[in-house]
Amino acid sequence: MLRMIGARLMTTIPSVIGVIIVTFLLTRVLPGDTAAYFAGPAASNEAIAEIRGKLGLDQPLPVQFVSYVTALAKGDLGQSLTTGQPVTADLAQRLPASAELTLVGLILSMAIALPLGVLAAVKQGSWIDHLCRIVATAGVSLPVFFTGLLLVYIFYFVLGWSPAPLGRLDVFASEPPRVTGLLLIDSLLARDLETFRAAFAQIILPAVTLAIFSLAPITRMTRASMLAVLGADFVRTARASGLSSSKVIGTYAFRNAMLPVVTTLGMVFSFLLGANVLVEKVFAWPGIGSYAVEALIASDYAPIQGFVLTMAILYVVLNLLIDITYGVIDPRVRLEG
Amino acid sequence: MGITRRAAIAGGMAAPFVMTTRVGAQAPSRAETLLLVQEYGPNSLDMQGIGSSQPVNGVALNCYDRLLRFKPVPIPTGGGNQVSMGELEGELAESWQVASDGMSCTFKLRDAKFHSGRPVTAKDVKWSLDRACTIGGFATTQMNAGSLEKPEQFVVVDDKTFRIDFLRKDKMTLPNLAVTIPFIFDSELAIKNSGGDPHAKEWLKNNVAGSGAYKVESWKPGVETIYVRNDDWACGKLPQLRRIIARDIASPSTRRALIERGDADISYGLPPKDFKDLADGGKINVVGVPIPNGVWGLYLNAQVGPFKDVRLRQAVAWVLPYDKMLQASLFGRGVDMSGGAETPKVAWPQPFPYKTNLEKAKELVSAAGGGFKTTLQFDAGNATVAEPMSVLIKEALGAIGIDVEISKVPGANFRTEIAKKTNPMTLNRFAGWLDYPDYYLFWTMHGNNSIFNIANYQNPALDKLIDAARFAADKAEYDKLVVDFVKLVNNEVPMVPIAQPTHDVAMQKSIGGYQFQPCREPDFRYLTKG
Repeated sequence: MLRMIGARLMTTIPSVIGVIIVTFLLTRVLPGDTAAYFAGPAASNEAIAEIRGKLGLDQPLPVQFVSYVTALAKGDLGQSLTTGQPVTADLAQRLPASAELTLVGLILSMAIALPLGVLAAVKQGSWIDHLCRIVATAGVSLPVFFTGLLLVYIFYFVLGWSPAPLGRLDVFASEPPRVTGLLLIDSLLARDLETFRAAFAQIILPAVTLAIFSLAPITRMTRASMLAVLGADFVRTARASGLSSSKVIGTYAFRNAMLPVVTTLGMVFSFLLGANVLVEKVFAWPGIGSYAVEALIASDYAPIQGFVLTMAILYVVLNLLIDITYGVIDPRVRLEG
Repeated sequence: MGITRRAAIAGGMAAPFVMTTRVGAQAPSRAETLLLVQEYGPNSLDMQGIGSSQPVNGVALNCYDRLLRFKPVPIPTGGGNQVSMGELEGELAESWQVASDGMSCTFKLRDAKFHSGRPVTAKDVKWSLDRACTIGGFATTQMNAGSLEKPEQFVVVDDKTFRIDFLRKDKMTLPNLAVTIPFIFDSELAIKNSGGDPHAKEWLKNNVAGSGAYKVESWKPGVETIYVRNDDWACGKLPQLRRIIARDIASPSTRRALIERGDADISYGLPPKDFKDLADGGKINVVGVPIPNGVWGLYLNAQVGPFKDVRLRQAVAWVLPYDKMLQASLFGRGVDMSGGAETPKVAWPQPFPYKTNLEKAKELVSAAGGGFKTTLQFDAGNATVAEPMSVLIKEALGAIGIDVEISKVPGANFRTEIAKKTNPMTLNRFAGWLDYPDYYLFWTMHGNNSIFNIANYQNPALDKLIDAARFAADKAEYDKLVVDFVKLVNNEVPMVPIAQPTHDVAMQKSIGGYQFQPCREPDFRYLTKG
């Protein structure tokens, strides 16, 4: 097991190096002049040149690259010009916010999508199958900012059930002592139920928005892979042997259908983590997606590089986790590893 | 019925919805706290520092003091106060006196204390103004705009007396001391924490060392800034609000929902359409001030491309659908800039004598040799307003045979594009902090060719008038010069003014004391609630 993890990690080193080089070059070929942007409206050409010098942007590319990699080796991702803070501090601040939202959204989505997918496969062609199809189509075709705004409109603006969409916490609630950065967990650790409820109330609408969006791939994948498994010989054998339907579906078929679903889950998770910019904007959620986009608009290199690098590392870790989960679900995978 | 697992889960899910009523009932803390929602917050706490974003002006305004401030005067349409550029009052200065030769000004400082408890001295004033003049970037440019150029101009007379020696007689010198750049730092505290940097840039970016009416209690870039009142503030009437929470909410729809539901007290930076809806709705106060010295204009390149020909520039000015543009892009939140008098007033911006007249425009185009293809660019960050405007321009110019292609340039790129000064048409909004006509033209049409002279307009005759007006000592002479140069640009139209936009703010009815400042950031010091 450990050897497998080690071997897997070794193979990721070249891809991480590739990511570092590519992001560095990509940010440099972006159109737009960082120095001019940050020199402010009335800056003279000398002022812009001065800023360019200060940011090291007047150096030739190889020199810039070497200083970037040297800093990176010391764990320094540079300074963000848009927030004025070190990129590492920004990411440490924002990654938990995104992770928390994505996790809650994904759990919510799984809680609906998995049973729905299984039922749709078992009762193929029934009303539940149609429902599954409608949910999936609707989820995919509704853009997240639309669902988000609609939910805000209904549950906050019209009904007033949901708290004001002001970010992770109500303005008058105070943040629990930071342990994991996930407010729901930190508030529980601090045994502060009030803050937990406040944080939970804030996260429901954005999480539901994400869940609606991610329902489709999970439901469809569960249904498809359940269908394939239900048609397999071993299921027929199990049925013929007189096992109860719940035993056949729950224990044998579902477990075997899980592999592609887990892969999809991993992809959906990493996709949601970086790509829910619009949800973050609508709910003022201080996540990394909107952080990266703001930086991109301002041609602010350091945060973009930091973001891509973090995402790349996350992908690597996530894929590793998925591989390990495969082993748990299907012993054959473990043996081959 | 026992508590099933399902009921327990349902109860847990519903709990957060149920508790919201309780949050709303936390009245005592809300009464003295103001919740402001804005698109984005400060990226630094030091407005003099390089690369500071627009909201940093708010930090400078509320957390620091200047020697002088602009005197509040009522907004003609009601709703609060704006400022009068010519009239100043003392902030840190208890009194000030311009020397009889008009070449220096001496300031007596108040007995004010920094947040650290140290008294404010002339030494701190000198350190701060020296810093603004030497730090480079926007701060230095802005200081120079008021002929504040060298540290030698700033003289410490004694602990409480400070003198500024003038390089030349410049009517903008004193008003320029009231903008959000020349504010006063606690120099000892800054130097102590500077780590050897003479400007203490890194430390001051993250810390406030001022004497202003508010302190920064917490600052989370991109999330929120919390201000608390400085109860020892000596430079004005103690503000009523104890605590200000400024949250960054990127989505304008969310900001509008928050103000309409009554959760936010003040909302900044909504699209014009939302301000119009809110104003029409009547439940929310919308205060609009025509941005002083600000105007949406169509810049026509006078050096490169078809608009070298003045007849074509005039043709464009004769064909634009001014009223339609004001309604469709600004939703009426602005002042029309067409159909002005032949003889200009002493004011800027003011309506040019053009109004929509297709026949005249057609004549001018055919006299100049007929139609052509060209491009119009604007900053994508301004798309809410600029996009409908440019579509209307395209449609109108199509009628006189000018085929316009619209190009939307992303923010970081726009500056580079306008610096090239090669694109034939650019739609842009420029606003000058100091409300003088010559100041505006100095930036946008003078031969010094600043980046904002987007039209690349070069005319020695105009330069002479602008320069003369800038340093004119006599009022009658100044007025005559202004009328002359406005007349000149009326005829030459390197920039076709479209509308003077209003700066709008949406507030709950319970909020009073609104104060508009030229930097367009909220001034908490005058606001009241209740």
